[in-house]
Amino acid sequence: MYCNKFGTSLMFGLKGLEATSARGAFQRAAARSGFSWAAVCKQRTLRQRRSACAGMHQTGVRSAVHTTVDPGEVKRFQLLANKWWDEEGEFAALHAMNDLRVPFVRDNLLNAQRERHPGQPLAGLRILDVGCGGGLLSEPLGRLGATVLGIDPVEGSVRIAQLHAAHDPDVRDRVSYRACTLEELAGGGEAQQQPQPEQGVTQFDAVVASEVVEHLADLDTFAICCSRVLKPGGSLFITTLNKTNLSYALAIVVAEQLLHIVPRGTHDWEKFVSPVELERLLESNGFLVQSVQGMLYNPISGAWSWTSNTEINYALHAVKQDDESEDGSTPLGGPR
Amino acid sequence: MHKLTKAPLALNGLGRCLITEKHLPPVNIIRRGLVCSENRTDCSKTEVYDVIISGGGMVGSAMACSLGMDPNLAGKKILLLEAGHKKVMDRVPDTYSTRVSSISPGSATLLSGIGAWEQVTRMRCKPYKRMQVWDACSDALITFDKEDLLDEMAYIVENDVVVAAITRQLDAMPENVQVKYKTKVVKYTWPMPHHAAESIPWVKVTLANGQTLQTKLLIGADGPNSMVRQKLGIPTVKWNYDQSAVVAVLHLSEPTENNVAWQRFLPTGPIAMLPLSDTESSLVWSTSHHLAEELLVLDEESFVDAINSAFWSNENQSDLVETAGALFRGALSAIMPSAGSPRQLPPSVAGIGPKSRVMFPLGVGHASEYIRHRVALIGDAAHRVHPLAGQGVNLGFGDVACLTHLLSQAAFNGKDLGAIQHLLEYETERQRHNLPMMTAIDLMKRLYSTNAAPAVLLRTFGLQATNMLPTLKEQIMAYASK
Repeated sequence: MYCNKFGTSLMFGLKGLEATSARGAFQRAAARSGFSWAAVCKQRTLRQRRSACAGMHQTGVRSAVHTTVDPGEVKRFQLLANKWWDEEGEFAALHAMNDLRVPFVRDNLLNAQRERHPGQPLAGLRILDVGCGGGLLSEPLGRLGATVLGIDPVEGSVRIAQLHAAHDPDVRDRVSYRACTLEELAGGGEAQQQPQPEQGVTQFDAVVASEVVEHLADLDTFAICCSRVLKPGGSLFITTLNKTNLSYALAIVVAEQLLHIVPRGTHDWEKFVSPVELERLLESNGFLVQSVQGMLYNPISGAWSWTSNTEINYALHAVKQDDESEDGSTPLGGPR
Repeated sequence: MHKLTKAPLALNGLGRCLITEKHLPPVNIIRRGLVCSENRTDCSKTEVYDVIISGGGMVGSAMACSLGMDPNLAGKKILLLEAGHKKVMDRVPDTYSTRVSSISPGSATLLSGIGAWEQVTRMRCKPYKRMQVWDACSDALITFDKEDLLDEMAYIVENDVVVAAITRQLDAMPENVQVKYKTKVVKYTWPMPHHAAESIPWVKVTLANGQTLQTKLLIGADGPNSMVRQKLGIPTVKWNYDQSAVVAVLHLSEPTENNVAWQRFLPTGPIAMLPLSDTESSLVWSTSHHLAEELLVLDEESFVDAINSAFWSNENQSDLVETAGALFRGALSAIMPSAGSPRQLPPSVAGIGPKSRVMFPLGVGHASEYIRHRVALIGDAAHRVHPLAGQGVNLGFGDVACLTHLLSQAAFNGKDLGAIQHLLEYETERQRHNLPMMTAIDLMKRLYSTNAAPAVLLRTFGLQATNMLPTLKEQIMAYASK
């Protein structure tokens, strides 16, 4: 789990190398899922022009550049993209985390919903999966009936996600992926689904950012963008690592330096965020935090469980407040 | 507890992957893209089912029904394949069928959950409240009964009635649950153990008519000679007992309440008389092949005599065992005067149903694995037992209940129904229940297949002691009625 984001950001740094060789396949995949390579390129230039929101993503790349990238590891991470769907492989812990995070998202969304759709509990909801990787979380949410858009800056991962989803008729009609960043989406909107520029961006019932925010430098921008793509009353789900001595000891010292479960440099403890800090930040951006729950990973059994202790990993559920004009619009208005 | 079990599960799963894992270099991505786009047109042509069940016997059709009725699995595309024709029963036939099953309360709960039990009771079934098991070589006996004979211990139901009842429920299913009768599978194509983008990730099922179907999960319910199991190459521990069972419908000499299941262990194998109605019972006589053949050709009168003497005769008893058994029983009843139960005598048989005498060979088998990637085995395909404890179909219905529960949970968590984790949970849970049961049944069979004095003494004492311990008996009954 810890290494995936590293892998993705590293691969993003390498995309120039990889993109040329893989472009053919990607175009094919892109054509299938209804958007084109050109559109993605356009998104990229858009991003560069948009200075206000771009900070978060660029630091994401920079953090990877900071690490000493040795050619052996580069090869390893290229392989990682193919390993997304190996349930027993490098991403086993992320696969296992679905046992907690899917019910977490599902139950919190169901609590707010009146209608019941047997077999497809999340039918009718639009969910944005930020940092979707290989689609590990997007697919289960799609199977539950939700319309899911997964975004990830790493084209390799998005391509794997698209190929994987293409086989499953339950998933392929409901889950789509796009290689872009949250800022691009929040700023540019979805061109094809934007009847009115102002309302087009607030279109998701829920935003899921699982194991993402610990890699971000500019959480404010992140919160603003989340708020911008969410419908009023929409839910934001975050899972991440706490900023404690224990998380430093486990995530950096044990996992990276002693056991080498995760490559060195995957995580920057400085970027970890405590629930209190995250809560304050979200509330100042027009969210109301509903619940914070600790998560515990047992490396021997490979299973996750809920715990009251939020010292290491935790999950957070926040709701965008209905009255946008009070808190929400001020930070939104700024960059524009 | 739950956590502890996960570690071996994970190891097990890892082991499976290591065997067949195939690493693909990243440069293959382009080729994968190409192949996949071809496959995709393939995908849209052949339908992808969520679950295909191979084999529409009692267990297979109950599986289809149970999945089709689960609210979390609503809308999932489920297909049942059955080689035989559709078995409908507009009215109950006058004569009883010889193939009957003992349906435990646990199985009855499963069947009533899918609405089939109501149909069964409306058609024909006979509850029994008591079971008496005794030895031909001694006076030792054990009786199992529910307190005050109020509750049913189990039900004797004809297999045809069970199938007809479930079939009726299947007819009433929404259209996402389909049944194809007279359909033979000629080939299964297994997917790669974990998802590699270049191939179709589902199990492909090729039918005799040339049609190809795809499924996310294949459930093999195709009986003791399961084609699914054989094609997967799952090793099976099996042996034949060198025994055959002779079955027949028995007419009793006079009407009785007939609510006791009788079983006597003869040195050649157990003979059982199971109630069908006030005047009829079903015979299951396990014996050597040679004797079975002889019994099959006997004229009716001699056959009836043979049955009666098998239940009544004392010729196998020896004085030594007799005395030791009596002493032991005396000692036990001195300690616990109230425990134990009196010996009853089975009704005598007057005749047999016309053309109802049939024999079939007996064997035992256990698949070392119940699951593979996207495949699960249920019922006799996974485990086959001796009929002496009347557990065969109940173990199968237990599989159905367990797998339905796990698949329902998986669906509610948005999981791929063919994913290995919940299948591993199914395997562990069921093997933990089925294996002790199978071992116990096999041990019983072996212990009672001899008339050597030490074994007879051992089982005499064992049976008598067990008979005196109500709590132990209750536990045995609870385990057997799951």
